[in-house]
Amino acid sequence: MTAEPRRETWPLWEVFVRSSRGLSHVHAGSLHAPDAELAVRNARDLYTRRSEGVSIWVVPAAAITASDPDAKDAWFESPRGKDFRHATYYTASQAVPHL
Amino acid sequence: MPNPPQPSSAVLTPEAIAASVTGQDATVRAADDVARYALGLGDDALVLAQRLGSWIASAPELEEDVALGNIALDTLGHARSLLTYAGSAWDQTEDDLAYFRDEADFRCRQIFERPNGDFACTIVRQLVVSAYFTALYRGLAESTDATLAAIAAKAVKEVAYHLDHASLWTVRLALGTEESRRRTLTGLEAVWPFVDELFAADPAADAVPDAAVAPAGLREPFDALVLPVLARAELEVPAAPALRGGGRLGVHSEALGPLLAEMQVLARRHPGAVW
Repeated sequence: MTAEPRRETWPLWEVFVRSSRGLSHVHAGSLHAPDAELAVRNARDLYTRRSEGVSIWVVPAAAITASDPDAKDAWFESPRGKDFRHATYYTASQAVPHL
Repeated sequence: MPNPPQPSSAVLTPEAIAASVTGQDATVRAADDVARYALGLGDDALVLAQRLGSWIASAPELEEDVALGNIALDTLGHARSLLTYAGSAWDQTEDDLAYFRDEADFRCRQIFERPNGDFACTIVRQLVVSAYFTALYRGLAESTDATLAAIAAKAVKEVAYHLDHASLWTVRLALGTEESRRRTLTGLEAVWPFVDELFAADPAADAVPDAAVAPAGLREPFDALVLPVLARAELEVPAAPALRGGGRLGVHSEALGPLLAEMQVLARRHPGAVW
């Protein structure tokens, strides 16, 4: 046996699947796997059993840096009321018929 | 995921085969000698699927429950297709053949009926049988029998994945911890004596040389698939002598009876039951 402490569970991986008509990979869920090669196979077995996808990415969950859920207001309140950031805020000029 | 696509009618399912072999519109009927050959192949897959299914909820991790379960379901699909086709020669359904034959009527090779052992032992057997199936179905896809060729052409893609799964695990277990290597070696020594039987003569195959794949010819492609994996895993082919075999003649180990009893009890106790 190795000197390392016994790991009770395999590390967590986040799974992203692209459907056959999809343009981008979409987060499908997470799973446990001992390494990346097996993680992508486990993802195939868990998340593409019903023909959901044609491409899979797996990412170690530990490699994802996420925004703080408790800081939601400070992070995501600001854009509200700033409608001028949307194209639809502006009226099209009559001189530009094909916009 | 939204809107999973409906199964395409172009995919050869056991139901599609059943539809083509039964009723007044039946377009396909296996010749008796081809059916005998398909029966042996179907029994191999059926018995292996039953063995693998018992890993559900018992594998080392939930993810492996599902992986082995998927492999079992693929294998059961092969069994259903082959037995449905074989049964067409004798007006029997896949269920008649699976549930209402006795041990001596089964034609599976003995490696498939062997108990699972631990996870490492199961993986070693998966390595062996997935390589065997890969070689077999590649050859069978060229069969002069159109139904066997179609079943094999679908199965060959699935068993390629099974071989990949077993290969990755064999290397990891063999080169993992001292304990995982010990178990892998034990599994290899337990499984390898059953290997030669896979390539032993099969009278049912000899009877239909154009439709069947000669078992002896599969040894070379099998070795080409398995030996590099063993080398990567730093494992050597055990020197233990081969067992006598005889599964294709109805000679089985003591392991098959209990497996069949469990598999068949419900259908025999409640014939025709649907759930």
